[in-house]
Formats: sequence, C-alpha cells, structure tokens
Amino acid sequence: MTGAEAAQVVLRLDSITKRFGKLVANDAVSLSLREGEVIALLGENGAGKTTLMNILFGQYTADEGAVEVFGQTLPPGNPRAALDAGVGMVHQHFTLADNMTVLENITLGTRSLFSPRLDRAAARDKLAKLSADFGLQVHPDARVGSLTVGERQRVEILKALYRDARILILDEPTAVLTPQETEDLFATLRKAVKLGLSVVFISHKLHEVMAISDRVLILRHGRLVAERPIAEVDEETLAALMVGSEVSAPRVAAGQPGAALLRLHEVTTPDRGSAPGLKRVSLSLHGGQITGLAGVSGNGQGELADLIGGLTGPDTGRLELDGAHLQSWSPREAVHAGIARIPEDRHKTGTIAEFDLIENAILESYARPPYSRSGWMNWGRAEAFTREIIDTYDVRCPGPGTRIRLLSGGNMQKLILGRVLEADPRIILANQPVRGLDIGAVNYVHSQLLAARDRGAAVLLISEDLDEIMALSDVIHVISEGRLSPGFARGTMTPAELGVWMAGQGFEKETAHAS
Amino acid sequence: MRLEPVANPSLLRTTVPPAIAIGSTVVIASLLAMAAGANPFSVLGLILKGAFGSKFALLETLNRATPLIFTGLSVAVAFRARLWNIGAEAQLYAGALITVVLGTGLLQWGAFALLPTLVIASVLAGALVLLVPALLKVRFGVDEVVTTLLFNFIFLLFISMLLEGPLKDPMGMGWPKSERLISEARLPRIVDGLRLHWGFALALIAAVVVWVIERRTTLGYEMRAVGLNREAAGFAGIPVNTVLIKTALLSGGLAALAGFSEVAGLKGNLTLDLSPGFGYTGIVVAMLALLNPLAVIAAALFVAGIFVGADSMSRAVGVPSYLADIMLATALLLMVLAILLTRFRVVRE
Repeated sequence: MTGAEAAQVVLRLDSITKRFGKLVANDAVSLSLREGEVIALLGENGAGKTTLMNILFGQYTADEGAVEVFGQTLPPGNPRAALDAGVGMVHQHFTLADNMTVLENITLGTRSLFSPRLDRAAARDKLAKLSADFGLQVHPDARVGSLTVGERQRVEILKALYRDARILILDEPTAVLTPQETEDLFATLRKAVKLGLSVVFISHKLHEVMAISDRVLILRHGRLVAERPIAEVDEETLAALMVGSEVSAPRVAAGQPGAALLRLHEVTTPDRGSAPGLKRVSLSLHGGQITGLAGVSGNGQGELADLIGGLTGPDTGRLELDGAHLQSWSPREAVHAGIARIPEDRHKTGTIAEFDLIENAILESYARPPYSRSGWMNWGRAEAFTREIIDTYDVRCPGPGTRIRLLSGGNMQKLILGRVLEADPRIILANQPVRGLDIGAVNYVHSQLLAARDRGAAVLLISEDLDEIMALSDVIHVISEGRLSPGFARGTMTPAELGVWMAGQGFEKETAHAS
Repeated sequence: MRLEPVANPSLLRTTVPPAIAIGSTVVIASLLAMAAGANPFSVLGLILKGAFGSKFALLETLNRATPLIFTGLSVAVAFRARLWNIGAEAQLYAGALITVVLGTGLLQWGAFALLPTLVIASVLAGALVLLVPALLKVRFGVDEVVTTLLFNFIFLLFISMLLEGPLKDPMGMGWPKSERLISEARLPRIVDGLRLHWGFALALIAAVVVWVIERRTTLGYEMRAVGLNREAAGFAGIPVNTVLIKTALLSGGLAALAGFSEVAGLKGNLTLDLSPGFGYTGIVVAMLALLNPLAVIAAALFVAGIFVGADSMSRAVGVPSYLADIMLATALLLMVLAILLTRFRVVRE
C-alpha cells in the first residue's frame, strides 16, 4: 500500500463529540479514510463504535464536529445525506424482506413511487455486472427467505453497491458467518478495494482485524486511544489497547470428567419454520466437563436448548436424567432436577424488564419455601436472597428494588447467574452466555462457569463464537442442520476443521463412510 | 418524532401530565356547555354540587360507584395478566341471575346464611361465564376480546328469554322482570335511614382483598409476571395457562358481585336495564386507576360523580346529560395520553 499515502481522503470525521446526559459516547473522535483503504474500528461493546456510525448516517446529531464525504460536509441529522453521498452500510442484523426476491430487495426504494414502469431489465443487467465484478454470486430471482445467512449478507452488500456506494461500512459482519464464509467475505472486500472502494470494518475479533485491514483505530470509553498501521501491531498489542490493561482471560485447565448426568438418545424434534429440528441427536453431558456446542446460529441450537430446558419434548428418542428415562420435563421440573438455565435472550426470556431485581431473582424458585408458603409470598426472604446475589456476584445496581431494565447487560447476566448458580445446579445449560457483554463481564461469566465445572457440574456451552467454544470446552460438538457431530476432545481440532463441520460437510463424509 | 422511554421519571413528569389531562377535560366540557348556551362555571359547579354537594348527592354517588368498583376490579385483575376481559357486563348479569334464582324463595334461610350463599353463588356464576372464553383461549388460541365481547350480547338475550319465560314475575303486569327477592336476601342499609347498602362496604373489602392478592400471594406474583412477559414467565416455570384460568375465575367472580350487589342492595329484582353498561364502564375505571386495585375505588367515585352530577345539572339548567359521557371519554383519552407521557419522552429526529 505504498500509494495509500497519496490517495484521496474520501471520508473524514472531524472531532466528533456526542453526549447522552452525563455519558460521553464519543469524545472528539477524528478519523479519515482514503480511497482503496480498509480501516478497522475496534473496541469493546459500549466503546462508541455504533454511536459514531449513527452520527455518520444522520441517526444522531453530533454535539460537536463535522462529517465530510468526498470533501462535502454532510448536513447533520439527515439520514439520506450519507446514502446520497455514496456511503453504504451493511448492518449486523439484515434489513431484507424475506418474502421478496433478491432483485426486488436490491431495487427496493431506489425508484420513485411515481415512476410509471419497473425497468427490470436494466436493473438485472446492473446487478449481474456487480455480481461478476465483486465475486458476489447470488441468484437474482431466489427468494431471500430461502437463502443462507452468508448469501443474505452478499445481498446486503450488493444492495449498497447497487446504490453506487463508494464507501462500505460493515458492522460486525462476521458474527453470523462460518470461517469459510468469512474468508469469502474477505475475498470480496479485497476485490472491492482493488476497484477503488473504501471500507470501514467494525469488529471486536482481533484476528479478523489483522487479516483484512490496512489500519486500525481503537476506541475505548468513547475516545480514540490509538491509530496504528496493521503492519506495526500484533493481536496481543491490540487486545491490550482495547481493554486498557493486559487481558486476563481465565486460564483453563482440563476438566475432570465424571459420570454422565444427562443423556439424549437419538432424539428428533420437529422443524420450526425455517429452523431445522434435531435429527437423531445423541449427546452425553458429564459432570466436571464443559461440553461446547459450536455452529452457525439457527442450526438447531435453540431446539436443543429448549429440549434440555424443559420447554419442548422430543418427537422420537429418549432422554435420560441421572439414569432415569424420561419422556420430557417441564421448566419447573428442570429447575428442581438441578438444571440451571442461562437463556439466549436475557431481555426477553431471562428476565421481566418491569420487575425489580427481587422479583426477577426468585422467578424460578418463588413457588417453594422460603420464598412462599401455602401461596403467601415472603418478600423479606426474597429480598435477603437478592442482596446475597448482589454481593456475591457483584451486581452493580442502585438497590434490590431497582427495575431490572435499568441495569446493563452484564449486570443483568450476573443476576441470572446468581439466580441459577445459588441453587447449586448439577447441570448448566448456558446458551450464548456472553453475547453482547464487555470483556470484563465475559471473563466473569466464564470464570463462574469454570468454577461450577470444577465443583462437578456438567456444563453445556452453546455459542456462535468459535474462539469462546475452543477456549473453554473440554469436548466440542458441532451442530449443523440439526445434526450433531461426534465429540472432539480439547485441542484435537483447528478452527478450519471445525468450520468444515459447521458448513455441514463432515456429516456427508461420515454417512459415506458408513454406507 | 419518536418516543424514548424515560429511565427514572421525576415527580414533575409523573404528576404534571395527569393534572393537565384533568384540566383539559374540564376546559372541553366548559366549551361544550357554552355551546349548549349555558354558563360553563355554573354547569361545572352544578355537576360538582350534584355529585358531592349534599348528603343525598354523596350517597347517590357512592351507590352508583359500588357496581363500578366491582367491574373496575374485575377488569383491572384481568388486564394485569393481559387477559382482555371485555365481558364484565355478561358476568355482572350472571351474578344477578343466580341471585334472583336462589333469592326469590327457593332458599328459605335466614339472612346470615342466605347472603353469604348468594355472594358465593354469584362469584361462581361469574367465574363460570369467563371460564369458557379463557379455556377457548388457552386450548385453541381463540381471541378472548372477541369471545367475551360477543358473549355480552348472547347473555343479555338469554336473560331476556328467561324474563319473558320461566323467571317472569306472574304479578308483573306483563313486564319482563323477575319476582322480587325475599327480605332475607336483601342487603341491609349500612346506617338506618340512609340510602347506602352493604354492597358498598363489600366493594371496599373486595378492593383490599384484590390488592393483597396482587402484592402478597404467589398467584398475584404469577399474574403480574404473566402479564408483563409471558415468554419469560413460561421459561421460568410459571404455569402460564393455569394462571390465566385462575385470573379468569377471579375476574369473572368480581364482576358478578356487581350484579349481586345491584339486585340485592338496590333494585330487589332483575330487569333488562339493571346495568347501564357498568361492565364496559369498568374498563374506563380500571384504566383510569392504572389497574391498581385501591385506585379503582377513587376512579369509580370520579366516574360515578360525573354521571350523578351531570344528571342533576341537566335537570337544573337543561344542558343534556350526555355531557357526562363526553367528559368521561375525554378524561380517558387524555389520561391514556398523559400516562404515555409520564413514561416516555418525545424526541425530535
């Protein structure tokens, strides 16, 4: 990139400051992006990355500073200005209409409502050219609902390119992709850069930042703390810059596997809409062990979690809890049997937003003494229990009577952890336990899971983050299209090898061997 | 423009919008009174005087508030669990029906045995009426708004059939009305000589009981959890369907007490005009009270006061008493808006 120094600056943010009440979300952040360059915006959750992009796109008005695209200052607070100036955004959560075709999705909103006819042929030609130029293969007449996650992301990128974007902003684009799909995405981005586009890549995954970007900017607590050419840094330096001190990820010693506490035998569950059900899944969870479940979201993880959590029962197959065969169990029976459940969505499933901490803390145990007797609540005991959780698990809150929606995600998760771990569970079902948490809370949750494992609990860790799975798990299974891979012992698989299973390929090999 | 939730609403934010809502209601009512050719101040004064200005007026207001407390509690309990019971009217008539069936001579007991029996029978009848829509909801997912609303009309026609047939008073000179209750089945007056019956006291007790249930019992906790987030409640192991059924039984029973109290305390027999829409007005009462059982008492007194006061005003100055309906509708709409503004702030994009 010797020519990069001389290249034209296409995007400039100049001393952007944004305050929300007392919180300074962006503190005099400046950045410039040159033509044909990829910059990475790196930071923990809450570091101010999203706020900065929302200002660029006119969703928020900056308190101070200006945004310049191709030398033109954008009027603040106008969401169309950035789009019209040639900035395209690919959101983490796709904004596509499932029941429309790829072509319809891409042209949606580009024509005037009053234009007399749909110029489909021209649109199709333009799309075909973009597909070829950028290596984004996708069928224009396919319904978006039938596409894979990776393909949908291609549609999102094409949508931006179709609107003649010269600057692409990708917000956590790899969160939903397999390692192979991530490689494809990076290939596309390299092509785009060769064709003169510029890219802002938002992420908190260090190795991806290292792989794709030319320059990295690190945000911490709303401030730009470092800006380095990628050639001058390594992952450890980036991690240290990101959190402000040496990262203390829990050191993971191997677990001491004990008896199987929970077994599934050839379990099948029905498909749920587009989500596949489980296909003859057999799985044993052993005490003293963390079993990791890797896979791209929507491949049957939810069905497995619901089954173990007591929300659904199997179509066929058997469940075995402590050696006893059972058809299925209710959520309450699951709790009584010592299954701790950390749900995927702590806002919608794990807590009741308008309830205070006390009411949320006893959500699973209110029906038993000491929290209630013969139908009468004992709020005093409930409050004492809540205070115990707040102290033991370091839940930062104004007090036990606070509504839980006012807590940060990390503190909410700590309350849920306390709720389930105080019951001294023997089986722990942790579904995406650290999604959306900052690195401090992530380490805390992980150390609690490891401590529970060392006390002899069987932990099932479901996550889309392969790094997390590989760091913590004693045994790793991969789930794809509802099928479960064999268990791989710690350290026997590389990410690329697991990626092959995640893409659904190992299964065919196995059946081929069998037949 | 969009709405943004307010994390910690200040005292100002929680009190000013409702006050403005009440104020605006008064202003709108005054404008309408002027349009009808009357002096707005005298109209408002007459309404106030007609509702609370004399012993007679006050007792009339308390009597009118009694059924509204019951139906308001019925709706508040159901809405708390997000069970949309629009059928308090039918449940009210169910209570009235069982009261005249048992209380016109079928049970020849003393008042101390008969009155509690009638209370329990009414509660059961009302509970049964709401049980059917509740079962349809949890079993087959049938929308309870539709079933409870339509059931009001079915039940009223059913009552009409009974009053023209088996329940018709043979001495009624052909009018569709039931026989009168025996004296042991009548609710006595709280103080001799004052026209206020024990139904009002029963309503106050019911409000306190409902408040205790909501705050102090597992059922109340379950009802609130199910109402606020059914998914999280189910995940945690709360038996959502059972809770909805229990809520329905409680809600239907409360509405039926309005029917019992009107027949046994005031009218003495069952006619088709027993309730001028107490069941529907109960929704207004519950919403104005923000579903709080104790606030239901105040809201019922407010609503009853407007009705009684407007009647009296109308007789004095000739402004139509429909003004009461308009005031109530305005108060409700503005109050709902005001409540929204206490919890959200408007942000300009």
